[in-house]
Amino acid sequence: MRVGVITFPGTLDDRDAARAVNVGGATAVALWHADADLKSVDAVILPGGFSYGDYLRCGAISRFAPVMKLVIEAADKGMPVLGICNGFQVLCESHLLPGALTRNSDLHFLCRDQEIEIVNNTTAWTTSFTAGEKITIPLKNGEGSFQCDDKTLAQLEDNGRVIARYVGENPNGSRNLIAGITNERGNVVGLMPHPEHAIDPLTGPTAQGLGFFTSILNAMVK
Amino acid sequence: MSLDTVAIAQLTPDNKQPFAELGLKADEYARIKEILGRRPTSSELAMYSVMWSEHCSYKSSKVHLKQFGDKAPKSDALLVGIGENAGVVDVGQGYAVTFKIESHNHPSFVEPYQGAATGIGGIVRDILTMGARPIAVMDPLRFGPADAPDTRRVLPGIVAGIGGYGNCLGLPNIGGEVVFDQTYAGNPLVNALCIGVMRHSDIKLAKAAGAGNLVVLFGAKTGGDGIGGVSVLASETFGAGGSTKRPSVQVGDPFVEKILIECSLEIFAEDLVVGIQDLGGAGLSCATSELASGGSGGMKVALDKVPLRDPSLSPEEILMSESQERMCAIVEPHKLARFLEICKKWDVTVTAIGEVTDGDHLEITWNGEVIVNVPPRTVAHEGPVYNRPLAQPLYIDEVNSQKVNVPIPTTMSEIKAAVLKLAAAPNLADKSWVTSQYDKYVQGNTIQSQPDDSGMVRINEVTHLGVAISTDANANWSYLNPYQGAKLALAEAARNIATAGARPLAVTNCLNFGSPEDPGVMWQFAESVRGLADGCLEMGLPVTGGNVSFYNQTGAVAILPTPVIGVLGVIQDVRTRTPMSFNVAGLDLYLLGDTYEDLAGSEWAFLHGERVGQSPSADLAREMRLIELLLAGHQAKLFIAAHDLSQGGLSAGLTEMVLRHSVGADITLENVGVGLLSESPGRVVVAIDQSKSEDLIKLSKQYAITLTKIGSTGGDSLTINGCVITLDELRTAHTSTFPKLFG
Repeated sequence: MRVGVITFPGTLDDRDAARAVNVGGATAVALWHADADLKSVDAVILPGGFSYGDYLRCGAISRFAPVMKLVIEAADKGMPVLGICNGFQVLCESHLLPGALTRNSDLHFLCRDQEIEIVNNTTAWTTSFTAGEKITIPLKNGEGSFQCDDKTLAQLEDNGRVIARYVGENPNGSRNLIAGITNERGNVVGLMPHPEHAIDPLTGPTAQGLGFFTSILNAMVK
Repeated sequence: MSLDTVAIAQLTPDNKQPFAELGLKADEYARIKEILGRRPTSSELAMYSVMWSEHCSYKSSKVHLKQFGDKAPKSDALLVGIGENAGVVDVGQGYAVTFKIESHNHPSFVEPYQGAATGIGGIVRDILTMGARPIAVMDPLRFGPADAPDTRRVLPGIVAGIGGYGNCLGLPNIGGEVVFDQTYAGNPLVNALCIGVMRHSDIKLAKAAGAGNLVVLFGAKTGGDGIGGVSVLASETFGAGGSTKRPSVQVGDPFVEKILIECSLEIFAEDLVVGIQDLGGAGLSCATSELASGGSGGMKVALDKVPLRDPSLSPEEILMSESQERMCAIVEPHKLARFLEICKKWDVTVTAIGEVTDGDHLEITWNGEVIVNVPPRTVAHEGPVYNRPLAQPLYIDEVNSQKVNVPIPTTMSEIKAAVLKLAAAPNLADKSWVTSQYDKYVQGNTIQSQPDDSGMVRINEVTHLGVAISTDANANWSYLNPYQGAKLALAEAARNIATAGARPLAVTNCLNFGSPEDPGVMWQFAESVRGLADGCLEMGLPVTGGNVSFYNQTGAVAILPTPVIGVLGVIQDVRTRTPMSFNVAGLDLYLLGDTYEDLAGSEWAFLHGERVGQSPSADLAREMRLIELLLAGHQAKLFIAAHDLSQGGLSAGLTEMVLRHSVGADITLENVGVGLLSESPGRVVVAIDQSKSEDLIKLSKQYAITLTKIGSTGGDSLTINGCVITLDELRTAHTSTFPKLFG
């Protein structure tokens, strides 16, 4: 199974995401922001970083990249898409996911090991977890505070579209401690913390992030 | 202003020129005239003034730095030594690692965020220029008193700048230091270290060889920022009431730098350059003159072709601009098309601005008229050299003859109070407030980072080869005895990587001092260099490069002499590294090394306002035996944990160990007060399985290192001679200092 990992100018965690895909058992395929086809991948990951420097709103320029048109089309047809950190921001800017990620409430970039609870284990990217499972993976961003209007929040909560929540103190001011959400169909997932940095206790806090990358294999088997 | 050309300069030999305003002395100006046989054009004057500045020419330090070459130990590891953008060492398996520290002190005081950010940008380009992929950064920082109002302006800005730039480049920040002292008020030290890795065959050098090859400028467009940054800012003392000099600080664009890194690496991978140089201090003046003198000397540049952000810039300003994120490459004509193609892929601005000639002069034209015609070596390498007067300052005898007078805890309550006071002291307190603003995970190869003894990154995922690096300085010791202080910092940095099981390989340094025009400061500098050179020779570690930062003083008050020493080492299998702490109970804790009443220059003395006495003397033979013991023990898988003792002594070392994984320890010390507070060098605490004690005793005898059992691990407190300090109260003391100070 082939999982595309998109590199925008300024993407930083692309090689980490590719490594995580491979360790998880799939094959990572490099996609470039200017690519005109998705190279027959079965799923796509938008990794973290500062695409185009994020000098405008994070992800606001990347959503117009040629490859994003293809990603949006594919996502609408059900292809699994995972946006991590900056990738999550791009998915929100692309309207594949609702809401927006804003400046952390304390205005500092924050890099730390963060405990999160997997709330929804039925999406394409979370089936390897049990519902309510708590895992610790790195959180690292300056604009990770998930915000949306009350109506959207109610929709997300009522339909089980919150897939992960921060455990303990709110690290960045996200509404309802939201760390990740999914679309109605459950194929598109946005996640603020970084599972690709938690695939080996040697280089990350745990190996508990690997579940996101093995889940995608389950999704394909189905 | 009308254009000043070589032809005009010949016709108007007596024109008055603003050499003093540009920082040149009268005799330096006279020397330029002598070299050229005429007065310099205004563009030539601009070039000489920035290149002959203290920052670029090392004119006050050169005579001393020579010792690093003269006393260099024989080393098979050194692939590229002092003189290039950064030194390169062989770490085995065909890999070469390049590393270097630079200062960005003065700009960071003027404009903390941009000053610190562009400090990262500059050092990263130095590493990239060698042909290497940058893989990690580190930042040794020093500030005025932690509770001073200006520190609250400077520190958050500098930390945000380092994070803002480094995070956006995708470089893990794996360590550094944060130290406070009154003398750094108004003179914060922002030193930035970068490590890069490449294959041996990929090493690039700054030389313009081959007549007909093209001079290609790529990266950001040139703007008016940072004009004369190095000569104006880093080469003089700040006056009390001077202008803010803010326009002299460069403004960074990390996104452009990230693109430049990826673009350059792709260009290197296809072997498209003959030579390469980044544009940092002194901008195009530096890059063109250094590239030209690295080759045969001949180069022609059409300055009007340089892409500008501000079209009103004069040729002099373009030559002096320190706009960031620019590189200059020498490219064979038949490879230019591919070069341009890769730049286009990355949306990087690129322009051929000149060519290498078979002459020996650097000729720069502006719309066809010659405005510079100089022998490039006289600009880049043959600047003035000063043997500045030096004299041991009066304070030395005065402080050395006094005895440290501090209270030594003896009762239970005194012991507890002392341990908690040190745990909370700004210099020793938990630095998460700072390091949590840095990305330590990106690239997925970080094995160790703050608060570990050293930073460690994996360079090969299959063979598990890795490198470790530590930077250290003890300015209090350097103040009492700069010769010993430099040696002790070297020993500490080497020890800090050996505790993890990495073998020390090479040294870099960033020498931060006051004004070289003060004979006392010059003596501190000379003694520090002598100490470091002697130390490196004795320990067999070559100095691969470094940086000197003078004029770190306000009025007559200089900073403490602060030679920051970085030691790089190699570890064959990062999976086997020894961590700095334990996460299980029931282990035995031993102290390696001797403890004396070394309170002079200690954190405990600093907390009591005492900066007197005699610093310890470095015993490098013993340090090397200790390092060999640590490496042998690591090889034999003897240690569960190993932690270096330095500032704050055993008290601080144990605090860090028990808090790391929230596993306590029960400690018994013979002379508890001195035992906790002394900072005797060459000491390490190790945790071992009880069954391994015979092996450890054997090793200690083999390497003649004193071994003392001090206790065992377990429980939820740090208990010292029956005095119980719960981990909760210890953690509160250790972690609340920074949030309280900086919000």
